[in-house]
Amino acid sequence: MNGADTAFVLISAALVMLMTPGLAFFYGGMVRVKSALNMLMMSFIALGISSVLYVLYGYSLAFSGDNAGLIGNLDLVGLKGIGAETLTGDDGIPVFAFVLFQMLFAVITPALISGALADRVKFSAWAVFVALWISLVYFPVAHWVWAEGGWLYELEVIDFAGGTAVHINAGVAALAAVLVVGKRIGFKKDPMRPHNLPLVVLGAALLWFGWFGFNAGSALAADGTAANMALNTQVGTAAAVLGWLVYERIRHGAFTTLGAASGAIAGLVAITPSGAHINALGAIVIGLVSGLVCSWAVSLKFKLGYDDSLDVVGVHLVGGLIGTLLVGFLATEGAGLTQFGKQALGAGSVMAFTFVTTWLLAKLIDLTMGFRAAEDDELAGVDQAYHAETAYDYSQAGRSSGGQHTEAATTGEQKKVDA
Amino acid sequence: MRLITAVIKPHRLDEVKDALQAFGVQGLTVTEASGYGRQRGHTEIYRGAEYTVDLVPKIRIEVLVEDEDAEQLLDVVVKAARTGKIGDGKVWTSPVETVVRVRTGDRGPEAV
Repeated sequence: MNGADTAFVLISAALVMLMTPGLAFFYGGMVRVKSALNMLMMSFIALGISSVLYVLYGYSLAFSGDNAGLIGNLDLVGLKGIGAETLTGDDGIPVFAFVLFQMLFAVITPALISGALADRVKFSAWAVFVALWISLVYFPVAHWVWAEGGWLYELEVIDFAGGTAVHINAGVAALAAVLVVGKRIGFKKDPMRPHNLPLVVLGAALLWFGWFGFNAGSALAADGTAANMALNTQVGTAAAVLGWLVYERIRHGAFTTLGAASGAIAGLVAITPSGAHINALGAIVIGLVSGLVCSWAVSLKFKLGYDDSLDVVGVHLVGGLIGTLLVGFLATEGAGLTQFGKQALGAGSVMAFTFVTTWLLAKLIDLTMGFRAAEDDELAGVDQAYHAETAYDYSQAGRSSGGQHTEAATTGEQKKVDA
Repeated sequence: MRLITAVIKPHRLDEVKDALQAFGVQGLTVTEASGYGRQRGHTEIYRGAEYTVDLVPKIRIEVLVEDEDAEQLLDVVVKAARTGKIGDGKVWTSPVETVVRVRTGDRGPEAV
């Protein structure tokens, strides 16, 4: 066993875990106050659902064996036969470390989709969607891209840390789901300003921090590849912040905080597939391009009329495509039209498969249990309808001092709670 | 008795408060308010989407005074609140029928 690599992957896994709460803050600050908790919960629930399903059958479907390059087998259901001493190779890391690291990718990928569906879906329907989507879409695509035998892996498509499997995948799924669920009431008419931009910046900062684990950790070794990836993660993200802000200043006349945070995420997304195969100068190019193009792409939803509420398409799909395609030309080894063609084929096939499967899945949920929140609930805010809570209680007048404390009353033990 | 109500720019609150105190006013009530006058609102930009924000933040001050002080206090508030720029707000007075001090039950000018 390689102790250094094991330590690095375990720490990276913990960093990736932090990205999902970070994403929850990033998205949560961007919605209106009446649905802030729901936005947090749509990410947080993925920590629950995906972690459990990954151990039960997700790891097996993604990484055990191969069937026609499309999906793994069920030999490792419940991690059967894997012990603390089971290694990935002679000088490898414990399989448990790899499982944990990969599990957290299966957590954040469906959570990314939630930003497109802000304010308006049933929480129970979302939970079912997460469970089915990772099973039918994420596990197969992860197999295609990362597992030995997976058809994109064998084709040598470059997707180091998940530009295709995570970001293009989630971005396309977001588009398909939005087309089924529909627009928020008042889209393009009512002002839908972010309710807490400092929370958005906090979320972006946590994502940036955790992304070092996501990207460098994907080397699965404490080596030069990991160091190159970590460096490019920083450089590419920095360039994307600058690109987004420059575009905004020219186009809209201000350097916005939301733009800086969004630029960081666009850069992180674009560097994810590419960072290990380019040098720092290539990272600057990919970062700048992603910042400039994504800041333009987020306006497309208004022109085309789909309500991708928090720009999952504009940032994750577009950013993922930029990184995935540009690495074809910027890779330090083997760059050229051949590699670009492989990259385009990989991205295109995932887009086609994911769009169709996700659309059908969302439609199925909508026809059976109903995906969309009731109109009254959406107008009043889904926080009340699904979570029975309020995000902030700053107002003296709004405190429920006259409310009934059912729990306290029945047990007779608790002191009067000032809720 | 009269009630002076002033809707002013938030950053002028301290000046108005100090001016009222210097005049001898014993107490006042401040509320965070929002609204617009002829200046309307401003524009905010979020990921390229521009929103016109009609209602801008204001501070509403209420002071109970005796009739003979009302005119002079009106001027004190106006002078302290003025920046000369658009959006400085409004001040007005209105008659008050009864005032009761909650702690003592005093009524009328005694309670002011």
